[in-house]
Formats: sequence, C-alpha cells, structure tokens
Amino acid sequence: MERLIEKWQDKISEVVIGAKKPIKIGGETGIYFIDGEDKCPNPPVVAMEVWDMEPESWPEVLKSNFGNALKDPGEWAKLCVDKFSADLICLRLASTHPDSKNTSSEEAGKTLEKILKAVSVPLIVIGGLSPEKDNEVMAHCANAAKGENCLFGIATQDNYKTLTAACLSAGHSIISEAPIDINIAKQLNILICDMQFPADKIVIHHATGALGYGLEYTYSIMERTRLAGLSGDKMLSMPMISFVGQEAWRAKEAKTGAKDTGVLWEIATATAYLNSGADILVMNHPKAVSEVKKAINNFTN
Amino acid sequence: MFLIGERINGMFKDVAKAIKEKDKSVIQGLALKQISCKANALDVNVGPASSNPKEAMEWLVKTIKEVTDISLAIDTTKQDVMELGLSLCKSKPIINSVNANEEKMNSLFSLAKKYNASIIGLTMDKAGIPKDSEGRMELAMKIVASCVEYGIDTNELYLDAVILPVNVAQSHAKEVLKTIRDSKMLADPAPKTVLGLSNVSQGSSAEYKSLINRTFLTMAIANGLDAAILDVTDKELMDSLITAELLMEKQLYCDSYLEAYRKK
Repeated sequence: MERLIEKWQDKISEVVIGAKKPIKIGGETGIYFIDGEDKCPNPPVVAMEVWDMEPESWPEVLKSNFGNALKDPGEWAKLCVDKFSADLICLRLASTHPDSKNTSSEEAGKTLEKILKAVSVPLIVIGGLSPEKDNEVMAHCANAAKGENCLFGIATQDNYKTLTAACLSAGHSIISEAPIDINIAKQLNILICDMQFPADKIVIHHATGALGYGLEYTYSIMERTRLAGLSGDKMLSMPMISFVGQEAWRAKEAKTGAKDTGVLWEIATATAYLNSGADILVMNHPKAVSEVKKAINNFTN
Repeated sequence: MFLIGERINGMFKDVAKAIKEKDKSVIQGLALKQISCKANALDVNVGPASSNPKEAMEWLVKTIKEVTDISLAIDTTKQDVMELGLSLCKSKPIINSVNANEEKMNSLFSLAKKYNASIIGLTMDKAGIPKDSEGRMELAMKIVASCVEYGIDTNELYLDAVILPVNVAQSHAKEVLKTIRDSKMLADPAPKTVLGLSNVSQGSSAEYKSLINRTFLTMAIANGLDAAILDVTDKELMDSLITAELLMEKQLYCDSYLEAYRKK
C-alpha cells in the first residue's frame, strides 16, 4: 500500500539559546519521529533543574543523586552538566517567593551569575512563581545576564509585559505560557509580538500534566499547536517546552511508590511529550535524563 | 483562502490612465498595496479600451515584476496577449480564463501545460451563462474533462461559477452557491472554486457595493469557496472574509484573530 507522507506548508521557528555554547531548538518541517515525514534539524534537548535553595518538596530518592551540591547551585549545575550530561540548566529561583525565603532580586542575580560562571551550557531561568515578585526578580536577573541569550520564564496572559520588556532589552528569549488553552496561547504570542518582541525568540509552554495527571490533555493541545504551526499559523509556530520533572515528581505514585517508580514516571511523561512535539524537556532525575536522552538518540538516528 | 487582487485592471480609470501615460508608480503602488493587504496573486487586465493590448500587457507585467515576484493572473480573452503575459511571468502564473468552448479549451489548456500555469474555468460557453446550477455543472464537467485530457492536475483548476450582478440577475446567486458546493464532487483531487466577486454588486448603488460583496463572499465561503478575485484593500470585506474563515475553522480562534491573519 502506498504510504501517504504529509507535506506541510510551513516550519517551526528556530530559537537559539545560550551564548558560550549556543544550542538551536525547533526548525521542524514535519512531525517528530514519523519515518519519511520528520525533518527535524535540531533534536529535542534535555534541561536539568537547579534550584537556588535545597528543594524541600523533593523526595529523598531524588535528592540523594545530588548530595551536598543541593546546597550550592554552582556545584549542582556543574554536576548536572559534567556527570549527568544535561544539555541546558534550568535555574529555578524558588527562594525568591515571598512565602519561601523571600530572597532579594540582588541575591537571585548573584546566584544566576554563579551558574553562568560554573557552566557554559545555555540557561533557562524561572522565578519563584509569584507574579509580582517575579516581575522584580526577573527584570533584575535579565539585566544581570545581559548578552547570555538565556530563556526566561514565565510570561502569562495576565503578566507578560515586564518580562517581555526585560527580555527584549537584554536580548533573551521568553517562555509564553497558557494553561492548556490553545486560543489563549495564540493570543499571548500576539500580545508579546505586539511589543516588538521577535517571534523567533518565543518558546511555548502549555502547562505540563504528568502521567495520570492530565498528560493526555496537554499532549493533545501540544499536538494541535504543532499541527497549526506546520499549517502556517505563525503565532503558533514556535518550539515548545515541557516541565516534566516538576510535574512527574509531584505525582503521589512517584513520591511514595517503589524505588524506581518516580524515575519511570518521569521517563513515561517525558517520552510522551517528545512525541507530542516538545523541543525542550526540563527534568530532574539523572537516570530519567539518561534514559530519555537515549530514547531521543534512538528516535532521531 | 487564495486571494487574487483585482485592482490592476484597465476598467479602473487610474489604471487606464497609468497605462496610457506609462506611469509605473501607479501600477507598482497598486501591486504593493494589494500585497500588503494579503493578496496571494494579482490580476492583470489591460482593460477593454486599450488600443494595443499586447504592448499594454507587456508593460504591465514588466512594471509589476520590477517590484514583486508574486503570481500574476493574466486576465484577457485574446490568445496572443495571454501567451505573451504568461511568457513574461516569473512565478507560477494563472490563466484568467478559459470557458467551456471547445476551441478555447484546446488553446488555453495547451498554454496551461506549456507554462505550468493554474487556470480559471468559467462555467459559460457560446450560449452564455446557464441560469441554474445544473447548467453550470454541465459546463464545469466539460472543463474538468478537458483539464484531465491535457494531463493537468484537477487541483490546478479553479472553477468560476460566474456570479452576475444582483440588480439584474437576482436568481443567480443561490445557483452559484450550489455550484460551488457541488463542484467538489467533479474530480479527485477536487477542482478548486473561485469567484470574480465584485461582479455581484456591479451596477448597484455605490453605497451598498461593499456590503453586497462581503455578504456574498461570506455565503460563498460557507459553501466551500477556495479563492476569490476581489478588492483586498476593502477592509470591511477582508474582516468579513477572515471572520468567515474563522467560523469555518480555517484558523484557530484568538481574541486578536484579525490581526493574527494579517500577520501571517
């Protein structure tokens, strides 16, 4: 029987992240991993999370991989790159949240500089997820990392202007997030572009649902986004990011199950998102990272 | 939807004057304006009053080519003017148009083959325009058969069911809509459908032309229209078009959907 190979009219934009060792994501002219159709010049990449404080919510089975490095973000980042082969580091400035340590913008900036010195891979920088405080912290950090071409998050429909302006002036890329709503995702990208922000510096996040916690829902939205992008919708033709680790390790099965359950949970979630078109997977457990990188390698070669 | 800008036509006084005086800026301005309004191709017609249509066509095509390499729809009933226009095109041209006359089909489908052109087929013949959809479909079938005979992909064919002015032929609009719907069944891949939209309001009061155009366009889109020759610079018309396509799920909704379409 003749195989029908879909010919798409458009391509996903290519986003370059990092300055010392820049990596390219996106650029797809087809759906990932479909033999004969996929033209994906840049395979998906894996980022590992590093926090600016010891993550209290992490279970021991996850924490134990990093030992004392959990107390030093620079060491932690080095460990992730040198030992666990992370393609990028995702710095989460969790301690800046007012309900956590309420760390100042200046301190957050210093942590960021420390990591920039410690590793040469590209950085993703996320705040403490307190909208007001994040505006302050992110504006400062974007400036502190000027010229480093990082990927900053997270812009939402209700709170995108400060971050967009900061990224624009310091030359960073931005994560635009709409919680599993493709129409709002498109609208937000238009709003960000209206501020003269280049469309090829936007990465889409649809929120991430772990296995058993809304994965199918996010998966289908990501797939629809990718199909719309390939069909010529310029406001949805951006690469996508999934915060897999954070969500997988929030699942009660991962936290309380048998020793390897969390790792398997993270792998299953990550590989599903790979198939839905994710370009960056942000992950936690070194073993899950290594397995998923192997899978990417197998899928793409 | 594939949009063919109608403005470079010698029926318009400014274009006729520009052709006569060889004023490139008027033509090039119209070309660029229509492209900025999202035209995918530009219709080029020297107009009925031209004393030397070959020379006028050559000048128009060359003048447009200086500022853009967008596809051109060469709009003429004269075989030699058509061939000259096609031979000068940089990008894939469109023949505007063939009808169901045997001789016309023979000569124009040969040209379509020779110049790898898309072709607009009017559902009319020597006897004129049929009054109902059945008559139009009969002629459409002849055109499709000829298209296949010349080895041209049926999706390179744009069937135009020929809308007549509503002020003189009110009963035709619904027949045209039915023809647009039914044309899809004539071949696989299905032929495309096109309308010379402004004809529907020809002769109507200037005040209502745009309203009549956009209302009919919306109805045609709902019936599956693929392309139109229209005034892309008419903002209200374009807003209706974008909204109709949105409602037909051709574009994903977002609050700024009009802007999103224009950003494409």
